[in-house]
Amino acid sequence: MTGFVQTQSIDARTAPLDARRSLFRVLFGDVLSTVSTLAILFAVIALAPKLVSWGLLNGIWAGEGTQCTGAGACWAFLRAKYPFILFGIYPPGQYWRPVALIVIFIGLTLYSLPPKNWKTSTLWAWVIGTVVALALMAGGVPGLEAVPTDSWGGLPVTLILTVLSLGLGFPLAIALALGRQSELKAVKYICVAVIEGIRGLPLLSLLFIVSILLPLMLPDGLKIDKLLRALVAMTVFSAAYLAEVLRGGLQGLHNGQGEAADALSLSWWSKTRLIILPQAISNVIPPLTNTVVVMVKNTSLVLIVGLYDLLSAGRAALADPAWPAPFAETYGFIALIYFIICFSITRYTHWIERQNLFGVNR
Amino acid sequence: MAFIELSGVNKWYGQYHALRDVSLSVDKGERIVICGPSGSGKSTLIRCINALEGHHQGTISVGGTALTSDIKTVEGVRKSVGMVFQSFNLFPHLTILQNCTLAPIHVKKMKKAEAEDLAMSLLERVRIGEQALKYPGQLSGGQQQRVAIARALCMQPDVMLFDEPTSALDAEMVKEVLDIMVDLAGSGMTMLCVTHEMGFARQVADRVVFMDAGQIIEMNTPDAFFRAPQHERTRQFLSQILH
Ligand SMILES: Nc1ncnc2c1ncn2[C@@H]1O[C@H](COP(=O)(O)OP(=O)(O)OP(=O)(O)O)[C@@H](O)[C@H]1O
Ligand SMILES: [Mg+2]
Repeated sequence: MTGFVQTQSIDARTAPLDARRSLFRVLFGDVLSTVSTLAILFAVIALAPKLVSWGLLNGIWAGEGTQCTGAGACWAFLRAKYPFILFGIYPPGQYWRPVALIVIFIGLTLYSLPPKNWKTSTLWAWVIGTVVALALMAGGVPGLEAVPTDSWGGLPVTLILTVLSLGLGFPLAIALALGRQSELKAVKYICVAVIEGIRGLPLLSLLFIVSILLPLMLPDGLKIDKLLRALVAMTVFSAAYLAEVLRGGLQGLHNGQGEAADALSLSWWSKTRLIILPQAISNVIPPLTNTVVVMVKNTSLVLIVGLYDLLSAGRAALADPAWPAPFAETYGFIALIYFIICFSITRYTHWIERQNLFGVNR
Repeated sequence: MAFIELSGVNKWYGQYHALRDVSLSVDKGERIVICGPSGSGKSTLIRCINALEGHHQGTISVGGTALTSDIKTVEGVRKSVGMVFQSFNLFPHLTILQNCTLAPIHVKKMKKAEAEDLAMSLLERVRIGEQALKYPGQLSGGQQQRVAIARALCMQPDVMLFDEPTSALDAEMVKEVLDIMVDLAGSGMTMLCVTHEMGFARQVADRVVFMDAGQIIEMNTPDAFFRAPQHERTRQFLSQILH
């Protein structure tokens, strides 16, 4: 080959269309995509008319239970019962209080999403917000009628269990994950035993165990709240799972990070807090959010210990003899709420993965 | 007494005898270069000096303090010993400036503004001041290693340990790091450098230490070491690396 010297430099050009991801390529890019696209298309065409006639054309949008004959969807039921499904047997005149809790939790969650808000003040906002929200729900001060937790229900209970079990479980998980790596054999094996013991139990049995054991362990006469019992079970459950996720993050860290911190004479706690944990946690954000999704859905199991979360409130609503128990509509409504929560979390995970934290595209 | 004093140091990794009766004393302001074949225990030796590795027999003292397994003693010694690693080991989640101010703020309890002034002056010294707000992942290897040197210097150590600081660098970046090290040597810093850069050894070292199989085989001024190596193993090693 003869020599070559470039005489004219080449400017960057935009990529040609077929190098980008077009919708067409997503749907019909290869055989598998084409087959599944067509299959879904057929299913929609086959089902759509039935759904339209059931849900729209024959749907009952307003009125009494007697008007729901079964020919179409009984949307009137949801219209009459949605406050009960959302708030359970909370006193109807006081609905603004669970609404306030929902607003506070959702507001705080939205505020905490962007990495630039991951700071100590946000943590305090959560602590204060949670205390305020729970105090509002409980009441008991002049001007705010007391509502015992037995009367709490619906979406607030689902949110309380999710937020608190994860919020309290996370620090516990950090302790367990760090303990599992400890050079002190006793600490290490206790942590392993706790993590594996809890992970070996289904959440259902854990809920039963805590509901039955906790009252037995307490002195006579001291009654412990049903909601609190469920919360304890869910907290240790989420802690064990989060600890395993965190362990992955810790193991993925290069040895040199801890050594560099040691060489700078950082104490064990400074090293852990400033160097190890931030990196370990940000390495496992996708599996962490996955655990969050699982915990959101797990809250529905508290039905078994007699709590009225969103799902149990829906079931209770269906028991009203004045209505013909429209299961599909009610469960569809509840599923929609769960889906909105879980899908948002998933989208957030995708978004956060694409953020270049630390100035590096990962 | 010498500033760093190792006497009769032995260290095992499991059954493997990694340091064998190593004795070495280094005076304040002395520059030592340690060389030797791969696996000879060079890293182990200098990592024992700031207790990244514990030793099993013998004594190591730094600035008059004997290293024990007591964590306060270890942290005290580490405050006066800076270390630069082959793989830089910058903290990827912190900016260059934060990498440098971390230890002054959290170990020396320095005020943030004061620590930042100190860090900026040292970053200028390693000629990287304009990158202070970037993250390590945005810098070249040579730049990262210079930041690592500045980060260690921010603790205002009495001694600097270097473990093959240029081995992970492309040829064109080796010089920018060596220049900084020559600079540092000129300022009177006590230095122990594990390196195969023999030009650097000739230029700045007061003594060159040759290790093999966990032992110090030979130790001499660079001039004598390169001109007239005494031990057979040294001659062999030098003929390999000097071609
Ligand atoms: N953590 C460890 N566990 C077990 N063996 C180790 C460990 N670290 C080092 N060794 C062994 O000890 C010996 C000395 O290792 P060391 O890293 O000190 O060598 P070195 O002279 O720095 O070599 P290199 O030039 O490759 O860096 C080697 O045989 C190595 O395999
Ligand atoms: Mg080495």
